[in-house]
Amino acid sequence: MSFLDTEFTDGNIVVAKLEDLLNWSRLSSLWQVSFGLACCAIEMMATSASHYDFDRFGVIPRPSPRQADIIIISGTVTLKMATRIKRLYEQMPDPKYIISMGSCSNCGGPYWEHGYHVLKGIDRVIPVDVYVPGCPPRPEALLEGLLKLQEKIRNESLVKKAV
Amino acid sequence: MKNAEELFNIIKENFSSSSIELKTDLPTEAIIIVPALEIDKITMFLKDSSELLFDSLVNLSGVDEIKAGLLSVYYHLESTSLKHKILLKVTTDRNKPEVVTVTEVWKSADWHEREAYDMFGIIFINHPDLRRILMPYDWDAGYPLRKDYENPEFYQGMKVPY
Repeated sequence: MSFLDTEFTDGNIVVAKLEDLLNWSRLSSLWQVSFGLACCAIEMMATSASHYDFDRFGVIPRPSPRQADIIIISGTVTLKMATRIKRLYEQMPDPKYIISMGSCSNCGGPYWEHGYHVLKGIDRVIPVDVYVPGCPPRPEALLEGLLKLQEKIRNESLVKKAV
Repeated sequence: MKNAEELFNIIKENFSSSSIELKTDLPTEAIIIVPALEIDKITMFLKDSSELLFDSLVNLSGVDEIKAGLLSVYYHLESTSLKHKILLKVTTDRNKPEVVTVTEVWKSADWHEREAYDMFGIIFINHPDLRRILMPYDWDAGYPLRKDYENPEFYQGMKVPY
Protein backbone atom coordinates (compact mmCIF):
# COMPACT_ATOMS: atom_id res chain seq x y z
CA MET A 1 0.00 0.00 0.00
CA SER A 2 1.31 3.39 -0.91
CA PHE A 3 0.27 6.87 0.16
CA LEU A 4 -1.98 7.13 -2.88
CA ASP A 5 -3.89 3.98 -1.94
CA THR A 6 -5.11 5.49 1.32
CA GLU A 7 -8.51 7.15 1.65
CA PHE A 8 -8.55 10.94 1.60
CA THR A 9 -11.25 12.61 3.68
CA ASP A 10 -10.15 16.19 4.28
CA GLY A 11 -9.86 18.71 1.46
CA ASN A 12 -9.60 18.00 -2.23
CA ILE A 13 -5.95 18.69 -2.93
CA VAL A 14 -3.40 15.93 -2.56
CA VAL A 15 0.28 16.63 -2.72
CA ALA A 16 2.36 13.70 -3.93
CA LYS A 17 5.56 13.02 -5.75
CA LEU A 18 5.25 12.65 -9.53
CA GLU A 19 7.19 9.41 -9.26
CA ASP A 20 4.64 7.97 -6.84
CA LEU A 21 1.74 9.01 -9.03
CA LEU A 22 3.30 7.46 -12.13
CA ASN A 23 4.21 4.24 -10.38
CA TRP A 24 0.83 3.97 -8.70
CA SER A 25 -1.06 4.46 -11.96
CA ARG A 26 1.16 2.01 -13.79
CA LEU A 27 0.92 -0.78 -11.24
CA SER A 28 -2.84 -0.36 -10.84
CA SER A 29 -3.72 -1.13 -14.44
CA LEU A 30 -1.39 -3.75 -15.83
CA TRP A 31 -2.98 -4.86 -19.06
CA GLN A 32 -1.70 -8.22 -20.19
CA VAL A 33 -1.27 -9.67 -23.65
CA SER A 34 -4.04 -12.21 -24.19
CA PHE A 35 -1.64 -15.04 -24.78
CA GLY A 36 -1.30 -18.56 -23.41
CA LEU A 37 1.01 -21.45 -24.20
CA ALA A 38 0.32 -24.70 -22.35
CA CYS A 39 -1.26 -26.06 -19.16
CA CYS A 40 -0.13 -22.94 -17.25
CA ALA A 41 -2.46 -20.98 -19.52
CA ILE A 42 -5.39 -22.93 -18.03
CA GLU A 43 -4.38 -21.73 -14.57
CA MET A 44 -3.91 -18.21 -15.94
CA MET A 45 -7.43 -18.31 -17.38
CA ALA A 46 -8.73 -19.58 -14.04
CA THR A 47 -6.97 -16.61 -12.41
CA SER A 48 -8.74 -14.26 -14.81
CA ALA A 49 -12.13 -15.84 -14.20
CA SER A 50 -14.59 -14.80 -11.52
CA HIS A 51 -13.33 -16.99 -8.67
CA TYR A 52 -9.84 -15.40 -8.51
CA ASP A 53 -10.69 -12.27 -10.49
CA PHE A 54 -7.43 -10.90 -11.88
CA ASP A 55 -9.38 -7.79 -12.87
CA ARG A 56 -9.49 -6.55 -9.25
CA PHE A 57 -5.75 -5.86 -9.63
CA GLY A 58 -6.32 -4.10 -12.92
CA VAL A 59 -5.19 -6.99 -15.11
CA ILE A 60 -7.26 -7.16 -18.26
CA PRO A 61 -6.36 -9.31 -21.28
CA ARG A 62 -5.78 -7.24 -24.41
CA PRO A 63 -5.96 -8.73 -27.89
CA SER A 64 -2.93 -6.82 -29.13
CA PRO A 65 0.60 -6.51 -27.71
CA ARG A 66 0.50 -2.83 -28.69
CA GLN A 67 -2.11 -2.18 -25.98
CA ALA A 68 -0.44 -4.26 -23.29
CA ASP A 69 1.86 -3.60 -20.34
CA ILE A 70 2.73 -7.14 -19.26
CA ILE A 71 3.13 -10.49 -20.91
CA ILE A 72 2.71 -13.64 -18.84
CA ILE A 73 4.74 -16.48 -20.38
CA SER A 74 2.36 -19.24 -19.35
CA GLY A 75 3.79 -22.57 -20.42
CA THR A 76 6.39 -24.51 -22.35
CA VAL A 77 8.30 -22.29 -24.77
CA THR A 78 9.35 -24.28 -27.82
CA LEU A 79 12.17 -22.97 -29.96
CA LYS A 80 9.63 -22.40 -32.69
CA MET A 81 7.45 -20.30 -30.36
CA ALA A 82 10.39 -18.41 -28.80
CA THR A 83 10.97 -16.45 -32.00
CA ARG A 84 7.28 -15.45 -32.01
CA ILE A 85 7.33 -14.45 -28.33
CA LYS A 86 10.33 -12.24 -28.99
CA ARG A 87 8.40 -10.49 -31.72
CA LEU A 88 5.34 -10.05 -29.47
CA TYR A 89 7.55 -8.58 -26.75
CA GLU A 90 9.19 -6.18 -29.18
CA GLN A 91 5.77 -4.93 -30.29
CA MET A 92 4.77 -3.95 -26.74
CA PRO A 93 5.20 -0.28 -25.82
CA ASP A 94 7.48 0.73 -22.93
CA PRO A 95 7.27 0.39 -19.96
CA LYS A 96 6.73 -3.36 -20.28
CA TYR A 97 7.01 -6.20 -17.82
CA ILE A 98 7.31 -9.98 -18.02
CA ILE A 99 6.07 -12.64 -15.64
CA SER A 100 7.54 -16.07 -16.30
CA MET A 101 4.90 -18.52 -15.12
CA GLY A 102 5.75 -22.14 -14.27
CA SER A 103 8.82 -24.36 -14.41
CA CYS A 104 8.86 -24.68 -18.20
CA SER A 105 9.26 -21.01 -18.94
CA ASN A 106 11.52 -20.53 -15.89
CA CYS A 107 14.10 -23.14 -16.85
CA GLY A 108 12.69 -25.76 -19.24
CA GLY A 109 10.89 -27.74 -16.53
CA PRO A 110 10.54 -31.48 -17.21
CA TYR A 111 12.00 -30.94 -20.70
CA TRP A 112 15.33 -29.65 -19.41
CA GLU A 113 17.36 -32.65 -20.59
CA HIS A 114 15.60 -34.42 -23.44
CA GLY A 115 13.46 -31.60 -24.78
CA TYR A 116 15.22 -31.14 -28.11
CA HIS A 117 12.56 -28.58 -29.06
CA VAL A 118 12.24 -26.62 -25.79
CA LEU A 119 13.90 -23.35 -24.86
CA LYS A 120 15.43 -23.84 -21.39
CA GLY A 121 14.06 -20.65 -19.87
CA ILE A 122 12.40 -17.65 -21.48
CA ASP A 123 15.07 -15.41 -19.92
CA ARG A 124 17.38 -16.58 -22.69
CA VAL A 125 15.28 -14.51 -25.10
CA ILE A 126 13.59 -11.68 -23.16
CA PRO A 127 14.26 -10.12 -19.71
CA VAL A 128 12.04 -11.50 -16.93
CA ASP A 129 10.80 -9.43 -13.97
CA VAL A 130 9.12 -12.08 -11.82
CA TYR A 131 9.49 -15.87 -11.86
CA VAL A 132 6.51 -17.84 -10.54
CA PRO A 133 7.48 -21.41 -9.59
CA GLY A 134 5.11 -24.36 -9.90
CA CYS A 135 4.01 -26.98 -12.40
CA PRO A 136 1.61 -25.42 -13.05
CA PRO A 137 1.41 -22.71 -10.36
CA ARG A 138 -1.97 -22.36 -8.68
CA PRO A 139 -3.86 -19.10 -9.27
CA GLU A 140 -2.81 -17.94 -5.79
CA ALA A 141 0.83 -18.26 -6.85
CA LEU A 142 0.25 -16.21 -9.99
CA LEU A 143 -1.54 -13.56 -7.93
CA GLU A 144 1.46 -13.50 -5.58
CA GLY A 145 3.72 -13.08 -8.61
CA LEU A 146 1.65 -10.14 -9.78
CA LEU A 147 1.78 -8.53 -6.32
CA LYS A 148 5.57 -8.93 -6.39
CA LEU A 149 5.66 -7.19 -9.75
CA GLN A 150 3.47 -4.37 -8.41
CA GLU A 151 5.88 -3.99 -5.52
CA LYS A 152 8.74 -3.75 -7.99
CA ILE A 153 6.95 -1.07 -10.02
CA ARG A 154 6.09 0.86 -6.85
CA ASN A 155 9.80 1.26 -6.12
CA GLU A 156 10.78 2.38 -9.59
CA SER A 157 12.40 5.76 -9.99
CA LEU A 158 12.50 8.29 -12.78
CA VAL A 159 16.17 9.04 -12.18
CA LYS A 160 17.63 6.05 -10.38
CA LYS A 161 17.83 2.70 -12.12
CA ALA A 162 15.42 0.17 -10.64
CA VAL A 163 16.95 -2.63 -8.61
CA MET B 1 -13.50 -61.04 -38.73
CA LYS B 2 -10.18 -62.52 -39.79
CA ASN B 3 -7.07 -63.25 -37.74
CA ALA B 4 -3.54 -62.30 -38.73
CA GLU B 5 -2.74 -65.63 -40.35
CA GLU B 6 -5.83 -65.56 -42.59
CA LEU B 7 -5.07 -61.97 -43.55
CA PHE B 8 -1.47 -62.91 -44.31
CA ASN B 9 -2.59 -65.76 -46.58
CA ILE B 10 -4.93 -63.46 -48.49
CA ILE B 11 -2.14 -60.92 -49.07
CA LYS B 12 0.28 -63.71 -50.01
CA GLU B 13 -2.16 -65.09 -52.62
CA ASN B 14 -2.65 -61.71 -54.26
CA PHE B 15 0.98 -60.58 -54.16
CA SER B 16 2.74 -63.88 -54.78
CA SER B 17 5.80 -62.29 -56.38
CA SER B 18 6.59 -60.02 -53.39
CA SER B 19 8.45 -61.11 -50.29
CA ILE B 20 5.86 -60.97 -47.51
CA GLU B 21 6.58 -62.31 -44.07
CA LEU B 22 4.46 -63.07 -41.00
CA LYS B 23 5.91 -62.71 -37.50
CA THR B 24 3.83 -64.24 -34.71
CA ASP B 25 6.42 -65.09 -32.01
CA LEU B 26 5.92 -61.72 -30.33
CA PRO B 27 4.39 -60.59 -27.04
CA THR B 28 2.31 -58.10 -29.04
CA GLU B 29 0.02 -58.63 -32.00
CA ALA B 30 1.36 -60.36 -35.11
CA ILE B 31 3.29 -58.27 -37.64
CA ILE B 32 3.12 -58.65 -41.40
CA ILE B 33 6.31 -57.39 -43.04
CA VAL B 34 5.92 -56.16 -46.61
CA PRO B 35 8.29 -54.48 -49.11
CA ALA B 36 8.64 -50.70 -48.67
CA LEU B 37 8.17 -49.96 -52.36
CA GLU B 38 4.91 -51.96 -52.65
CA ILE B 39 3.15 -50.75 -49.52
CA ASP B 40 0.87 -48.46 -51.57
CA LYS B 41 -0.40 -51.28 -53.79
CA ILE B 42 -0.84 -53.68 -50.88
CA THR B 43 -2.72 -51.18 -48.71
CA MET B 44 -4.90 -50.15 -51.65
CA PHE B 45 -5.83 -53.82 -52.06
CA LEU B 46 -6.50 -54.15 -48.31
CA LYS B 47 -8.80 -51.16 -48.45
CA ASP B 48 -10.69 -52.09 -51.61
CA SER B 49 -11.05 -55.85 -51.30
CA SER B 50 -14.63 -56.63 -50.33
CA GLU B 51 -13.61 -59.32 -47.84
CA LEU B 52 -11.10 -57.04 -46.02
CA LEU B 53 -12.31 -53.42 -46.21
CA PHE B 54 -9.54 -51.79 -44.16
CA ASP B 55 -11.06 -48.32 -44.26
CA SER B 56 -9.17 -46.82 -41.31
CA LEU B 57 -5.49 -46.05 -40.84
CA VAL B 58 -5.37 -45.94 -37.04
CA ASN B 59 -1.73 -44.99 -36.78
CA LEU B 60 1.43 -44.68 -38.82
CA SER B 61 4.74 -44.31 -37.03
CA GLY B 62 8.44 -44.51 -37.66
CA VAL B 63 10.92 -46.58 -35.64
CA ASP B 64 14.71 -46.31 -35.67
CA GLU B 65 16.34 -49.77 -35.55
CA ILE B 66 19.87 -48.47 -35.41
CA LYS B 67 21.53 -51.81 -34.54
CA ALA B 68 20.16 -53.39 -37.69
CA GLY B 69 20.88 -50.24 -39.71
CA LEU B 70 17.21 -49.89 -40.57
CA LEU B 71 14.38 -47.40 -40.34
CA SER B 72 10.91 -48.95 -40.14
CA VAL B 73 7.38 -47.71 -40.58
CA TYR B 74 4.47 -49.40 -38.82
CA TYR B 75 0.90 -49.18 -40.11
CA HIS B 76 -1.96 -50.01 -37.75
CA LEU B 77 -5.05 -50.69 -39.84
CA GLU B 78 -8.60 -51.42 -38.84
CA SER B 79 -11.80 -52.23 -40.64
CA THR B 80 -14.64 -50.38 -38.99
CA SER B 81 -17.27 -52.52 -40.73
CA LEU B 82 -15.67 -55.99 -40.48
CA LYS B 83 -13.97 -55.31 -37.11
CA HIS B 84 -10.59 -56.86 -37.89
CA LYS B 85 -7.20 -55.34 -37.35
CA ILE B 86 -3.77 -55.73 -38.88
CA LEU B 87 -0.26 -54.46 -38.20
CA LEU B 88 1.94 -53.90 -41.24
CA LYS B 89 5.63 -53.09 -41.16
CA VAL B 90 8.07 -51.96 -43.82
CA THR B 91 11.81 -51.59 -43.35
CA THR B 92 14.20 -49.44 -45.28
CA ASP B 93 17.90 -48.75 -45.31
CA ARG B 94 18.99 -46.14 -42.77
CA ASN B 95 21.28 -44.43 -45.28
CA LYS B 96 18.60 -44.15 -47.95
CA PRO B 97 15.24 -44.40 -46.18
CA GLU B 98 12.59 -44.47 -48.88
CA VAL B 99 9.02 -45.70 -48.53
CA VAL B 100 6.13 -45.19 -50.94
CA THR B 101 3.39 -42.93 -49.60
CA VAL B 102 -0.08 -44.24 -48.71
CA THR B 103 -1.76 -40.83 -48.93
CA GLU B 104 -3.53 -42.06 -52.08
CA VAL B 105 -5.15 -44.78 -49.95
CA TRP B 106 -5.99 -42.84 -46.79
CA LYS B 107 -5.88 -39.03 -46.71
CA SER B 108 -5.08 -39.17 -42.98
CA ALA B 109 -1.65 -40.58 -43.81
CA ASP B 110 -0.56 -37.14 -45.02
CA TRP B 111 0.31 -35.62 -41.62
CA HIS B 112 1.40 -38.96 -40.14
CA GLU B 113 3.97 -39.32 -42.90
CA ARG B 114 5.08 -35.73 -42.49
CA GLU B 115 5.67 -36.47 -38.81
CA ALA B 116 7.67 -39.61 -39.62
CA TYR B 117 9.71 -37.53 -42.06
CA ASP B 118 10.18 -34.75 -39.51
CA MET B 119 11.27 -37.06 -36.68
CA PHE B 120 13.14 -39.83 -38.55
CA GLY B 121 13.94 -38.44 -41.98
CA ILE B 122 12.04 -41.15 -43.81
CA ILE B 123 11.38 -40.02 -47.39
CA PHE B 124 7.87 -40.88 -48.56
CA ILE B 125 7.98 -41.17 -52.33
CA ASN B 126 5.11 -39.36 -54.15
CA HIS B 127 3.94 -37.60 -50.98
CA PRO B 128 2.07 -34.41 -52.04
CA ASP B 129 3.63 -32.08 -49.45
CA LEU B 130 6.61 -33.58 -47.64
CA ARG B 131 7.67 -30.78 -45.27
CA ARG B 132 8.49 -30.71 -41.59
CA ILE B 133 5.33 -30.56 -39.49
CA LEU B 134 6.43 -30.12 -35.84
CA MET B 135 9.98 -28.78 -35.92
CA PRO B 136 10.67 -25.34 -37.44
CA TYR B 137 10.81 -25.33 -41.23
CA ASP B 138 14.39 -24.06 -41.14
CA TRP B 139 15.57 -26.78 -38.71
CA ASP B 140 18.79 -28.12 -40.17
CA ALA B 141 20.20 -30.10 -37.22
CA GLY B 142 18.75 -33.44 -38.33
CA TYR B 143 15.91 -35.69 -37.22
CA PRO B 144 15.33 -35.63 -33.43
CA LEU B 145 13.99 -39.15 -32.82
CA ARG B 146 16.88 -40.91 -34.53
CA LYS B 147 18.95 -42.77 -31.93
CA ASP B 148 22.19 -41.06 -32.96
CA TYR B 149 20.67 -37.56 -33.01
CA GLU B 150 22.53 -34.81 -31.19
CA ASN B 151 20.98 -31.49 -30.34
CA PRO B 152 22.66 -28.40 -31.82
CA GLU B 153 24.36 -25.81 -29.60
CA PHE B 154 22.32 -22.94 -31.00
CA TYR B 155 19.14 -22.35 -32.98
CA GLN B 156 18.66 -18.81 -34.38
CA GLY B 157 21.02 -17.43 -31.72
CA MET B 158 19.23 -19.16 -28.84
CA LYS B 159 21.24 -21.62 -26.78
CA VAL B 160 19.57 -25.02 -26.92
CA PRO B 161 21.20 -27.27 -24.24
CA TYR B 162 20.32 -26.69 -20.58
